[in-house]
Amino acid sequence: MHKWLVRFAVSCALGCCLLAVPGNAQSPATTQVAPPAAESVTTQVTDRIAQLEQQVTDARTSGDNAWMLVCSALVLMMTGPGLALFYGGLVRKKNVLGTMMQSFTLMALVTVLWALFGYSLAFHPGGHYIGNLGYAFLSHVGAAPDPGYAATIPQQTFMVYQLMFAIITPALITGAFAERMKFSAMVAFMTLWSIFIYDPMAHMVWGQGGLLNASLGGLFPTLDFAGGTVVHITSGVSALVCALYLGKRLGYPKESMPPHSVVLSFIGACLLWVGWFGFNAGSALTAGSLASSAFVATHFAAAAAALGWAGAEWLRNGKPSVLGAISGAVAGLVAITPAAGFVGPMSALAIGLMAGVFCYLMVAKVKAWFGYDDSLDAFGVHGAGGTIGALLTGVFATKAVNPIFKDSHGNASAVGLLDGNAHQLLNQAIGVLMAWGLAIVGTLVILKVVDLVIGLRVREEHEVEGLDLSQHGEEGYYLEA
Amino acid sequence: MKKIEAIIQPSRFDAVKNALHALGVEGMTVSEVRGHGRQKGHTEVYRGNEYTIDLLPKTKIEVVVAESLAEQAVQAILKAAKTGKIGDGKIFLSKVDDAIRIRNEEHGDAAL
Repeated sequence: MHKWLVRFAVSCALGCCLLAVPGNAQSPATTQVAPPAAESVTTQVTDRIAQLEQQVTDARTSGDNAWMLVCSALVLMMTGPGLALFYGGLVRKKNVLGTMMQSFTLMALVTVLWALFGYSLAFHPGGHYIGNLGYAFLSHVGAAPDPGYAATIPQQTFMVYQLMFAIITPALITGAFAERMKFSAMVAFMTLWSIFIYDPMAHMVWGQGGLLNASLGGLFPTLDFAGGTVVHITSGVSALVCALYLGKRLGYPKESMPPHSVVLSFIGACLLWVGWFGFNAGSALTAGSLASSAFVATHFAAAAAALGWAGAEWLRNGKPSVLGAISGAVAGLVAITPAAGFVGPMSALAIGLMAGVFCYLMVAKVKAWFGYDDSLDAFGVHGAGGTIGALLTGVFATKAVNPIFKDSHGNASAVGLLDGNAHQLLNQAIGVLMAWGLAIVGTLVILKVVDLVIGLRVREEHEVEGLDLSQHGEEGYYLEA
Repeated sequence: MKKIEAIIQPSRFDAVKNALHALGVEGMTVSEVRGHGRQKGHTEVYRGNEYTIDLLPKTKIEVVVAESLAEQAVQAILKAAKTGKIGDGKIFLSKVDDAIRIRNEEHGDAAL
């Protein structure tokens, strides 16, 4: 690229292209008509090259930044209204607002935490397990890129993009304790969870210096393109712990508690699918071909998984359900999350299909066997889907898509099992285990603390009355009005 | 005056309404209800959980008619609502002590 620029610039200069560029903010008006002596031609050529280089950088930034800002918006949309609708439709009518309020509150709460110190803890270069407070109040986080993370976009964009991940991760957990958690307890729980579980996990996998960071030389490089471990395993396993600790809903499983609006859930799921392009393809952090690859892998996995779940249901129950199909799509999206920028399209289809069937069995069979009330299947879809996705990433990741590992000569080396690197599966397993471990231990501690100080579960009368009225004094649908 | 409460299949509602109008019955109250007689419900499955839905959607029509019209009204409803299958519904008859038009406080048959 560089060489051609030089040749082009030189031929222009010699061909008398000493044109002033009026109104161009990038080039200061320094063009003076001077006799074409050798030294001043060289200076002009050097200046011109510098100018062109700046313009190229700006153009790249422009494209990448536009894409990343849109992706940030897409990921936020996944929480609100995507997840809010998806979960809201699955609960009973009397709890629809309470459920949506949980997601919405996190959009606000996590933002503030992230701004004050969350981003700093997660992404400031630092130790193996956590960053530090160097970026507290977002100091030093501005227009200049951080080349360690994303060299072509302002760090502010990177920060706000990561914020959207920090928001949706705890929101996923709310599915496990739906319809029975005190709002005040949820706020306290999520504050602690975001600081003590999300920030360290994000740092370990994505932060500079992180123990599991695959692209920045972590000790146990875990391939996690968009957050299979950071987002889905931590939230899904946490969800299981919450479901077990809080106990079942009153009347579960004897009482009939079907979703009050599969319509809302459908809309939410479709918003999740579309938003996930921002989640996965945006994790390329540029608008280049890796983003395209991740976009395609994401979409293919969702499609295959929807068919997988619906097909499994069709075989087992005689009818494919809408709820099953959309849940399948979500499961596929979860599973492809760690793999999106590492696997090819056909592998994505395979991963999706496997995840769709696997998560269906987790939800339809395993949950019933063990009898836990993971109300909205946060563990069954995110915990299980994230785990299988992270492991399959170790199988299907290939240097043909993303040459993330280089040997001592700088050549791309095998990435996953199919490439010939079986060792990566071990690293994936380590990453998975760390996520499970952190989620289990951390969540138990936080639950205990919040339970002692505030009390986690609503009173029986409030649970019967419904969270909308008892926690928020509102009704979701006042249709007689 | 007689009150006729008819719980029918929602799909038969238009036919019943038209039949009553044809008879000259001008007032009715219609509600969407759920219920069952001896008809069993059906099973719905959400994410592997089976739910038995015993309360089925029905339409309830309540009309109050003059004694003289009651028998014809019942026949009209029966004819329009019957499909011959289980789940057709039921008709209940009761005596009404009085009826009053709120606008002008007319009583009895004149209020119907």
